Amino acid sequence: MGMDAFLGFASIWARKEREIVARSDAAASDCRTAMPSSLPSDVDPLLFPTPRGGDAPSPSSSSFLEPPSYADVVFSPFESSNGASDQGPFLRLDASPRSARAAASDYLRIAVSDPQTEVEAANSLVPGGTTYVTYLITTRVRPGSDDAGPEFSVRRRFRDVVTLADRLAEAYRGFFIPPRPDKNLVDSQIMQKHKFVEHRRLALEKYLRRLAEHPVIGKSDELRVFLQAKGKLPLPTTTDVASRMMNGAVRLPKQLFGEWAAAQVAPQDIVQPAKGGRDLLRIFKELKQALVNDWGGVKPSVVEDKEFLERKEKMQDLERQLTPASQQAEALIRSQQDVSEIMGGLGLTFIKLIKFETEETVYSSQRIRAADTKNVATAAVKASRLYQELNAHTVKHLDTLHEYLGLTIAARSAFSDRTSTLLTVQTLMSDLTTLNTRVEKLEAASSKIFGGDRSRLRKVDELRETIRVTEDAKSCAIREYERIKKNNRNELDRLDREKHDDFLSMLKGFVINQVGYSEKIASVWATIAEETSRYARDNN
Amino acid sequence: MISPETSPPRSSSQSPRSPPAAPFLSISVTDPVKLGNGVQAYISYRVITRTNLPEFQGPEKIVIRRYSDFVWLHDRLAEKYKGIFIPPLPEKSAVEKFRFSTEFIEMRRQALDIFINRIASHPELKQSEDLRTFLQEDEETMERARSQETGIFKKPADLIQIFKDVQTKVSDVVLGKEKPVEETDPEYEKLKHYIFGLEDHLAETQKQAFRLVKRHRELGQSLSDFGKAMKLLGACEGNSLGKVFSELGAKSELLSIKLQKEAHNLLMNFEEPLKDYVRAVQSIKVTFADRANAFRQHCELAETTKLKEINLDKLNLMRSDKVREAEMEYRELKAESEQATRRFETIVRLMNEEIVRFQEQKTADMGLAFHQFAKGQAKLANDIADAWRSVLPKIEACSVSSPHG
Repeated sequence: MGMDAFLGFASIWARKEREIVARSDAAASDCRTAMPSSLPSDVDPLLFPTPRGGDAPSPSSSSFLEPPSYADVVFSPFESSNGASDQGPFLRLDASPRSARAAASDYLRIAVSDPQTEVEAANSLVPGGTTYVTYLITTRVRPGSDDAGPEFSVRRRFRDVVTLADRLAEAYRGFFIPPRPDKNLVDSQIMQKHKFVEHRRLALEKYLRRLAEHPVIGKSDELRVFLQAKGKLPLPTTTDVASRMMNGAVRLPKQLFGEWAAAQVAPQDIVQPAKGGRDLLRIFKELKQALVNDWGGVKPSVVEDKEFLERKEKMQDLERQLTPASQQAEALIRSQQDVSEIMGGLGLTFIKLIKFETEETVYSSQRIRAADTKNVATAAVKASRLYQELNAHTVKHLDTLHEYLGLTIAARSAFSDRTSTLLTVQTLMSDLTTLNTRVEKLEAASSKIFGGDRSRLRKVDELRETIRVTEDAKSCAIREYERIKKNNRNELDRLDREKHDDFLSMLKGFVINQVGYSEKIASVWATIAEETSRYARDNN
Repeated sequence: MISPETSPPRSSSQSPRSPPAAPFLSISVTDPVKLGNGVQAYISYRVITRTNLPEFQGPEKIVIRRYSDFVWLHDRLAEKYKGIFIPPLPEKSAVEKFRFSTEFIEMRRQALDIFINRIASHPELKQSEDLRTFLQEDEETMERARSQETGIFKKPADLIQIFKDVQTKVSDVVLGKEKPVEETDPEYEKLKHYIFGLEDHLAETQKQAFRLVKRHRELGQSLSDFGKAMKLLGACEGNSLGKVFSELGAKSELLSIKLQKEAHNLLMNFEEPLKDYVRAVQSIKVTFADRANAFRQHCELAETTKLKEINLDKLNLMRSDKVREAEMEYRELKAESEQATRRFETIVRLMNEEIVRFQEQKTADMGLAFHQFAKGQAKLANDIADAWRSVLPKIEACSVSSPHG
């Protein structure tokens, strides 16, 4: 919530500030630098300074700072090697590992914009119709990738995003899929609608970009279709819920009455987790298996390996630490924003005071005081702007914390895919053991009767058929389990590699920005302190 | 101009051949101590007077005073020195809980110190006998003096004033005048407009300054919490990266302390002077009221004197035996009217002088406040830059080493 609230404040604040400043002669000359109200979101903050027009660093800054001066790093003029001086939307700098990864994606840039309200179609049950919001999603594709056309635009609503997320979750089990933005909060007031829409727009943009940056999911059909298919989103909204429901209702009695063959679960369905579906018997069985695993005397033959369990534990630990870190980062940004606002407000209040006092100055002491006040007011407004810019950078850097928190949650989901598949495997193996035992018993009983027991032997045949089907399902399940294990391992390796670089980059960026901007702010105030030092001398 | 600290006292042992020391009177209000119990608890201060003026009992005198003693002095001066802007007192505290907080006590002590020293350096006020009483008498005498002033119906002087106001209103109605009499001097109008408007603007500025103090405190708190979270994160990360997180956390906590310090500095040396400015303007408004009253009295007495004169002439013509009596009354009234006029003119003269002093004093006070503000902010920003800069070597070390280290 921090970033969007901040950006909202920034634009309102900058506008208000410009209005009052423009009206006052006193401040106009110093405060006319045009500051963009929000910073470009694509650019690496380490190397890209905000274009500040004519506001050169004060001459005292170079002697004031020891080399290396990070103020210079932060504020060095923008090199022409990067093309146009103001950011083009498609600019990429290699400085951060994140942008290097982003450059490898098939999608160079995804932008979410232009929220529009549309009325629900005529099949709405509510008279008068409900409304929903659609967003324009513009994608620029990397030249050389298979699709024609450099740029696509589609309109999507949030429901489509949920569909996309659900389909990805099914198709890419075991992967750390970036979590999608939250659904509607229960009490989103109508007054807040504009803010809410803006918040969601930003969240969608982040989400889609993260998907695009994922080495596997970025290349998925589901994402491609979402970004490029015009008109209605051609992804199934659910996986056969209706048919599952039907099947489940039909199957259960058959299973209970022992008509196994007809009621057996199809092997390809085995790869989906039991819980999401309607196969009630399967759910019961797996539940029983889970209990047996925990409480039974005999350990199942297939279990998790220790190395995985250790890595899973580490991931949970990381999640536990990232949660407060992410929250405190938000709080810090809000506090910095508050200071910036009040500082600016103070400056403006002083300017109003000066205006009042200089309406008719009578005494020279008044004039002197007005001049002093003007300097302080100007400094306060400058400092306020610098704080705001610093905050904009801080938001971007600390966003890494939120991102990795999302990843640990995605990891949890990926691990539970694995766990549930393993449970399915174990359940099927238990099933097979049971079935085989029954076959043995029946055959033994049958052999005692001369010529064989026809009914028993028929039973054996049925059971053998069931065993065959179950064996198929087991193979499917094992294959799936191995696949998920591989995905888990690859993702864990990837995360370990990237996390180090990303965290380091975050810390470095955060620190450098704090240093650079603090130096700048210090020099603004040092000038004022110098100019007013005679008042302190007089006192002593 | 006035600094919260005392100027260093002259050495008491001076060579007899050295030229006579310049006259000085310097006072300090120190050592707040809580006395009494429960509801009647209060803070007492040590008031130390250092002077070489002959009117005083010696080179140094120490007395114990409480807030209500300062109020007594203020009110006496306000009564006797109409036309002069009496230095303002810090407010009574409305909230019981806050009354004994360290911050409040320190702010009040500083304000009282400034108050008494301003009186001591005002050319007229410093000669006040009440000031000498305040600075030198023992506590019992002080208490007696104070209790004489308090009563349900306030001071007798106030009572007379209220009576006179009522009288004026009645005569207004009788004479058919409904509007209160006011000066029409354009300079006076301008000044009045200026003072009243100034109060509003200053109050707004002071509020912003107070909010800034609060935000500094909040930022300090956020930074401290952030630092703790970073440290925990570092504990669960790897070797060199974990160290960087820990270092970041440690610096955050360090800066949090510096922020709290700067918040305090802002409060005492920037917000308080602004509040003081507001109080000073409010004190000027009181002087305006005094002037308006004096003007009204002057006008009305002049009016009634005129009427009496006309009446006297009439009686003279009629050769009435009431002439004697009327003449005596007329003479009394005329004297009173002249006195009222003189009082009014004194106030006008004093105010004109005071305004100049006020503007100069405020320029100096504000200049100092701005200086403290800027100095504090510059120092804070530098401390922040230094703290974060010291983390960079660890970050560099981390980039060089193996990423999986």
